[in-house]
Amino acid sequence: MGFGPHLLLATLEGLVTAAVLALTALGLSLVFGVMRIVNVAHGEFFMLGAVIAWGVASMVTGNPALGFVAALVVSPLVVGAVAFLSERLVLRRLDYNPESTIVATIGLLYLIQQAALTFYGPEARPVEAPFNLRIQFPWFGYSGYKLFVIIAAIVLLTIVWVVLTRTRIGLIMRATQIDREMARAFAIPVERVYAGVFALGAMLAAIAAVLIVPIQQAHYLMGLDPLLLSFIVVIIGGLGSLRGTLVAALIIGVSDGIIAMFFSPTLAKMIATAAVALVLVFRPQGLFGTASR
Amino acid sequence: MNIGKQIILHIAVIALLAALDYVLPAYHQGVFSRIMVLAVFAMGYNLLFGYTGLLSLGHAMFFAAGLYGAGLTVYHLGWALPLAFVAGVGCAAVLALAIGLLALRTTGVAFMIVTMMFAQVLYLATLYFGQWTRGDEGIVLPQPTRLVEFAGLHFDFSNPVTRYYAALVLFAAVLLITLGIVRSRFGRVLIAIRENEDRTRMLGYNVFANKLAAVVISGAISGASGAAYALLFGYVGSTFASVQYSILPLLWVLLGGASTTLGPLLGTVLMYYLVDFSSDVLARAVPDWNFSYLGVVGIALIVLVLFFPKGIFGTIRAHWARWLP
Amino acid sequence: MKPLLIARNLSRNFGGLKAVDMVDFSVNPGEVRAVIGPNGAGKTTLVSLLCGRIEPSSGVIGFNGEDITRVPAHIRVRMGIAYTFQITSIFPNLTVYDNVALAAQRTLTDGRSRKALDASVRDAMLHVGLTERASTPAAALSYGHQRLLEIAMGLALHPRLLILDEPTQGLSDGEIKDFIKLVRDIRKETTVLLIEHNMDVVMRLADRITVMENGRILAEGAPRSIRANAKVQQAYLGTADG
Repeated sequence: MGFGPHLLLATLEGLVTAAVLALTALGLSLVFGVMRIVNVAHGEFFMLGAVIAWGVASMVTGNPALGFVAALVVSPLVVGAVAFLSERLVLRRLDYNPESTIVATIGLLYLIQQAALTFYGPEARPVEAPFNLRIQFPWFGYSGYKLFVIIAAIVLLTIVWVVLTRTRIGLIMRATQIDREMARAFAIPVERVYAGVFALGAMLAAIAAVLIVPIQQAHYLMGLDPLLLSFIVVIIGGLGSLRGTLVAALIIGVSDGIIAMFFSPTLAKMIATAAVALVLVFRPQGLFGTASR
Repeated sequence: MNIGKQIILHIAVIALLAALDYVLPAYHQGVFSRIMVLAVFAMGYNLLFGYTGLLSLGHAMFFAAGLYGAGLTVYHLGWALPLAFVAGVGCAAVLALAIGLLALRTTGVAFMIVTMMFAQVLYLATLYFGQWTRGDEGIVLPQPTRLVEFAGLHFDFSNPVTRYYAALVLFAAVLLITLGIVRSRFGRVLIAIRENEDRTRMLGYNVFANKLAAVVISGAISGASGAAYALLFGYVGSTFASVQYSILPLLWVLLGGASTTLGPLLGTVLMYYLVDFSSDVLARAVPDWNFSYLGVVGIALIVLVLFFPKGIFGTIRAHWARWLP
Repeated sequence: MKPLLIARNLSRNFGGLKAVDMVDFSVNPGEVRAVIGPNGAGKTTLVSLLCGRIEPSSGVIGFNGEDITRVPAHIRVRMGIAYTFQITSIFPNLTVYDNVALAAQRTLTDGRSRKALDASVRDAMLHVGLTERASTPAAALSYGHQRLLEIAMGLALHPRLLILDEPTQGLSDGEIKDFIKLVRDIRKETTVLLIEHNMDVVMRLADRITVMENGRILAEGAPRSIRANAKVQQAYLGTADG
């Protein structure tokens, strides 16, 4: 296989990463944008989504597509409920103080990991793909399911985008984001918006996880990588900027795929992490964001 | 006077720890050696988080810099232990200077994320340079490299008693240094920065320089803890550079009481035994729960931040003993 | 007389808003200068530029014969410009003594003696009448006492120029009377720049008054001439009386 096909393969793999990453990071970005808090447990919502997907899929017998669809519905709902409860029981009581919420979400991170370890166990388990289709390129065959992931992510992102920019719900969220007190004065139920946004952010991560489990196995420690990658994406894209988040997810995802194919993945991660930390130091508004004020 | 009470209290704590060596069974003697070394890490963290008000999520990098700085020079270069210890502290201090110069350009949440990311870079580096560090698997320092001759006396750090007293000497030194810093004018400026940064600047203080000094001292103390850990317990591995070791000092300090000199020790003791207890007793009671430190740490963090934000010594100080430093 | 503080063509924009617009301004040593003007006239922005809390968009600032336009705020404090905040800004969890000591220890860095520090702190506390509350945490003080603590911190810096940003805001009549006495006492040692809304305080204390409006200086002069100035009456005093 020559360099060209190799690059195509790497790009496709990168697009799959980018698709899943965009969904996950969008969740983190929404929570940061609207609530001004950093959710360190975001990766664990991803993990929880994957683990529940395995649980649901293994309960449904028959055609694997049935199990997958069931997981795609149930897993985000359960994860959303968990997030909703943690917002109610923990974050709200801290009045969204940035430092306290970070400490609390670290606690949540460990707690969810422990729960997964207790009820799911330390093994890594795959979920069967809903369909088995191999698309034959002239140089190599490629998994049809992976292409489906890319398309599904695009559809989902479009829906979220429309909801955020074109509907009343989106308007309320943006109003809350710009000025919490002012929104309250206009009778927007800020508390409910916060709980909703936190749940929605977690659900996006869960959906991304359901999409990925047929490719990557579910494991109780799988949350750290998506968390760090989402941080990277959100920072590069500009904190709280949705457009920036999507662009950055595409760039990070694709370049991650390409770099990982040609270089050591550890070295790639090292360089990317250091570069992003430096972006945050020298250009806190992100590479694509504009300075606020 | 307060200063008298404070000094008596700290000397008493050190004396108590020295006496414990005669009382404790072998297992707990080993645990306490470890706890004293880790409490040094917590004290270093406390200086920055508790007193200066800077929440770092990446202190594992300073601990690891000390650990590797000492461990690798012994293992690969065959340096003598005192020299290796100095190398470890030096590595951590230099790293802290560099990280401080960068990370202190940010504030609040960005500072936490930046420190976390730099720590992650160092963690990945310990994996990437596996031919020297042996990554996850780590390096065990062979017994002969852990002997030291000083003033005609021979010390063997694989001997539990020697190890206990070495840990105690380091702990006592850092405890008294912390007390000195906290009571000094410099300490007062650090607290002022925590309380009201803008006002501190408008009193003529170079806030950046003072914060940088706090980062470097905090990093060097954390590095001293890491270096001592490598030399006393003879193991160097990348686990110690992972995120977990950035969270643990935060937890210890929160539990014992942020911005109290003795809080870090108490927090480390309690948390160590809590984790030990849970993984031991709970694992035996309900073996299929896979109970590990994760659950204990998770619950402790949430409970502390929700109901007990001042920690143990912080609460004691607020209600009963205002003179506690 | 050579001015102690001088600003030329000083401007500061926030986005499109010209908060301070081409201002020429100077303060002579030993005087008490008041800056007045309606809300949003740019008074606080002007003194923030002078003490270095914000950077100017353009213009030059000189202090005691040196160009300080690019000098960071904390160095300006060391050069002798002290600023007390409009919104009370103290260290709430520290005692009154420690609050003042933080200010005093800076100026005594060279001395290094505990005795000198203690004397300096007690002197500043005595000046504003807070000696008896030395070991009270600042948060537990009444509002009026917190304002006095701010001034004590400013005094402990031994400034050549003391900038007071709306110091009487929220004080009772009795407290204001004491404050006037205090400033008359302070002015023996240092130059005072006062931003003030209370016209009675301004008229009784100021040697000269600068009136600002829309980021510009509308008028400047002795209290008597400012009171007689038709433009000022229209822009400021008129609205205050009506």
